[in-house]
Amino acid sequence: MKQFTALYVALNETNKTTVKVEALARYFAAASDEDAAWALYFLTGRRLRLAVPTKRLRGWAIEQAGLSEWLFGECYDAVGDLSETIALVLPPPERKQDRSLAAWVERIQELQVAESARQRQIVTEAWLSLDETDRFVWNKLLLGGFRVGVSQQLVLRGLAQAYRVEASQLAERLMGQWQPSAEAFRALVSPDPSDTRPHLRPYPFCLAHPLEGDAASLGQLDHWMAEWKWDGIRAQLVRRDRRMALWSRGEENLTERFPELDPLIARIPDGTVLDGELLPWLDDAPLPFTSLQTRINRKALTRSILRRVPVVFLAYDLIESGGIDVRDRPFRWRRDELERLILSCAVPVLRISPRVTAASWQDLASLRRSSRARGAEGLVLKHADSVYAAGRVRGVWWKWKVEPWTVDAVLTAAQRGSGRRASLYTDYTFSVWDNGQLVPLAKAYSGLSDDEIRQVDAWIRRHMREKFGPVRTVDPELVFELAFEGIQRSTRHKSGLAVRFPRILRWRRDKTADQADSLDAVRAMLSAQTHSDPSSTTGSTIREGRLFER
Amino acid sequence: MECLIEVTDHGLYCAAGDFYIDPWRPVPRAIITHAHADHACRGCGRYLTTSDGLHVLRTRLGEAAVIDTLDYGRSIDVSGVRISLHPAGHLLGSAQIRLERQGRVEVVSGDYKTESDPTCQPFEPIRCHTFLTESTFGLPIYRWRPWSQEIEAINGWWQRNADEGFASVIFAYALGKAQRVLSGLNPAIGPIVTHGAVEALVRAYRATGVSLPPTRLASSWSRGDPALRRAIVLAPPSAQGSPWLNRFGAARTAFASGWMRIRGARRRRAVDRGFVVSDHADWPGLIGAIRATSAELILVTHGYAATLARWLNDQGQDARPLQTRYVGERPDDEVDEPEATLDDPPERDGP
Repeated sequence: MKQFTALYVALNETNKTTVKVEALARYFAAASDEDAAWALYFLTGRRLRLAVPTKRLRGWAIEQAGLSEWLFGECYDAVGDLSETIALVLPPPERKQDRSLAAWVERIQELQVAESARQRQIVTEAWLSLDETDRFVWNKLLLGGFRVGVSQQLVLRGLAQAYRVEASQLAERLMGQWQPSAEAFRALVSPDPSDTRPHLRPYPFCLAHPLEGDAASLGQLDHWMAEWKWDGIRAQLVRRDRRMALWSRGEENLTERFPELDPLIARIPDGTVLDGELLPWLDDAPLPFTSLQTRINRKALTRSILRRVPVVFLAYDLIESGGIDVRDRPFRWRRDELERLILSCAVPVLRISPRVTAASWQDLASLRRSSRARGAEGLVLKHADSVYAAGRVRGVWWKWKVEPWTVDAVLTAAQRGSGRRASLYTDYTFSVWDNGQLVPLAKAYSGLSDDEIRQVDAWIRRHMREKFGPVRTVDPELVFELAFEGIQRSTRHKSGLAVRFPRILRWRRDKTADQADSLDAVRAMLSAQTHSDPSSTTGSTIREGRLFER
Repeated sequence: MECLIEVTDHGLYCAAGDFYIDPWRPVPRAIITHAHADHACRGCGRYLTTSDGLHVLRTRLGEAAVIDTLDYGRSIDVSGVRISLHPAGHLLGSAQIRLERQGRVEVVSGDYKTESDPTCQPFEPIRCHTFLTESTFGLPIYRWRPWSQEIEAINGWWQRNADEGFASVIFAYALGKAQRVLSGLNPAIGPIVTHGAVEALVRAYRATGVSLPPTRLASSWSRGDPALRRAIVLAPPSAQGSPWLNRFGAARTAFASGWMRIRGARRRRAVDRGFVVSDHADWPGLIGAIRATSAELILVTHGYAATLARWLNDQGQDARPLQTRYVGERPDDEVDEPEATLDDPPERDGP
């Protein structure tokens, strides 16, 4: 455990990729196969089933530490993380024991089948024999919140360095069900020369640059091809060697999460790679992104969720065809080939992202204004001759997003943040006026600089009013301009409205609370949105990366 | 039961003796618990501090301030109020203020810590009727490991950095914490370099008779001196991210603070390491100190005042939060930015 904790600490102490890879390589080279297998399991974001409800763990920690419930709550507020709070409030270990990582994982597995009294015994024994940092890491493994800010790619680079195996080969061997054990680990890192199957690796994604300013400055419209900017999960579908894999931009293998795409393996010819977007799609229109999010957060894909939130692959591009990398061919050519391919496949789960055509830049601009009503975030403009570049290359693809909605709202309550922001008041509630009263409209966490966060935090501490659990109401004085992507009616919110992806645009120091916007003004945005909105669906822009954070 | 101390808009006031303790605005007569900026306001008519605290307070307030001193444990009488100063263990010359009138004893703790610190007198528990305590780290998550372990960790970090050719920059409050860290550094590892703000107070400590390892002011080094690669640099938190640091070349950074016990605070600081170094009492320290006073009334100020008071209530003690303007040590702003600094002119480029 000590070694693994040391790795954890080392990964936490640096932002430098090379140092992280070094630390990972050192760990993998030194650890036993069994420990290395488990380390890999956790570091790549896999988790064990939660064996004990957090409420019970909390209760046992409170007992062991001899605290009252409320005081533990105060501690939790200050720390912002349950595993860490427990690690910090417990008394120092009575009898330190250093078992291997695998042995400590075994204890967690035992919990899953043990009865309550035995569970308690296992947990408290672990707590009292581990020191603070080990205890924290063990809690993280137990609670399934183990995150160290390394991507699977980085972990595999470390592993590759330790065992002199190619990282891409490791990635492929890791695909699918992977049970951590000493044998599995040895098989994973074995330099097997017979393993020459084509890799199912995706290409680096080509990303669009945000377009600021006038689209007409891009020149002649007929040099450009426009599509809607869809709001789903960007993905590549790789079909090679009679196998298929679906990859997210974060190079996460999504294949098993979208079983409705399985039939494609029989339809798409070998040696094909498609770039596209996974979109929740029902009755010929996209569903709001939040529905996809609820699906992704599910542990098990039930029949009902598959029925309620079916997904399609909306293809943007063809980047490998007949086993040949065609990224260097002009987009115009790739798009033609893509259209042909999709027609010949003829499966409803594989669609093409329709082209948006207009006679002039002006017409295109007015079409863009209907994006929200169509469930899109705006347009993407691709040069007809553009190659499929690796990464975000300027001038080839542009994303031309619709302006967000904005509103001036009053800060009315605040709560301490978690993680990096624990102990600072950084989670804000914003309100707008409704008949002389301030009604909460949105919570927002992001958008202020560290400096502003500090200033607002200091202000909040001087202007607190009431306390509701961890939430403090504050004097309604500060005004902030919020941006958000969409509005929906909601019965769960006091305002009757729910806004999507709210964030802080700027601190309006020039405004006083009475100059903030009214709920009526926000309602007017909603009706403006739905009037131009035949399918009454809206998009949202929760960032893709966030979805897969665990 | 009448308290000797009340909170006014100028600070803690003793009407019976007509003086203030740690006022936050200028007043005619102020008793100072310690020289941190939120406790030692400029512009008062007369100051009273401990003999140990004279040089430090002088560095902070300037030559013009009128400062009287009193030895620890000695007492004076002001209009029937007997005043004595007792070690608070917070930093050099820090004091708890004991007031006694007609058999009633009240103690204002100022900031204090109960841990050992070679640079100042250890905290002395005093029996009293009313105890006014701080609560900066008044949560059970705050528990310090023994100082010997923490300073060993700091020296270990320095040694590793030196071996790998990196300067070690440690950010610590210029008054108190920097000298405490300094006192435990092992000069055999490499040179100890100080920021002007730190050095000014190091000199005040030495002038008071505290022995500290040798230091050398950052501005006296020439840029790129290879010896700097083995150096440890003591700098105030405000130096973080400033061009002043460039002179040390490749460096690793650390922050010394009680808040470093929380992972979120460490990450927010954006330093390579966080060392849990506090000049305030941890939770067990606070509880122990309060118990030792046997006070019947506990007034809890700056920090987790409501929390600590409620916990004491749960234990059957009469405790109340008391609103003051002291800030103690905040995780994110620098309350204690010293004004006094030694000349540390911007470096000139070489010919």
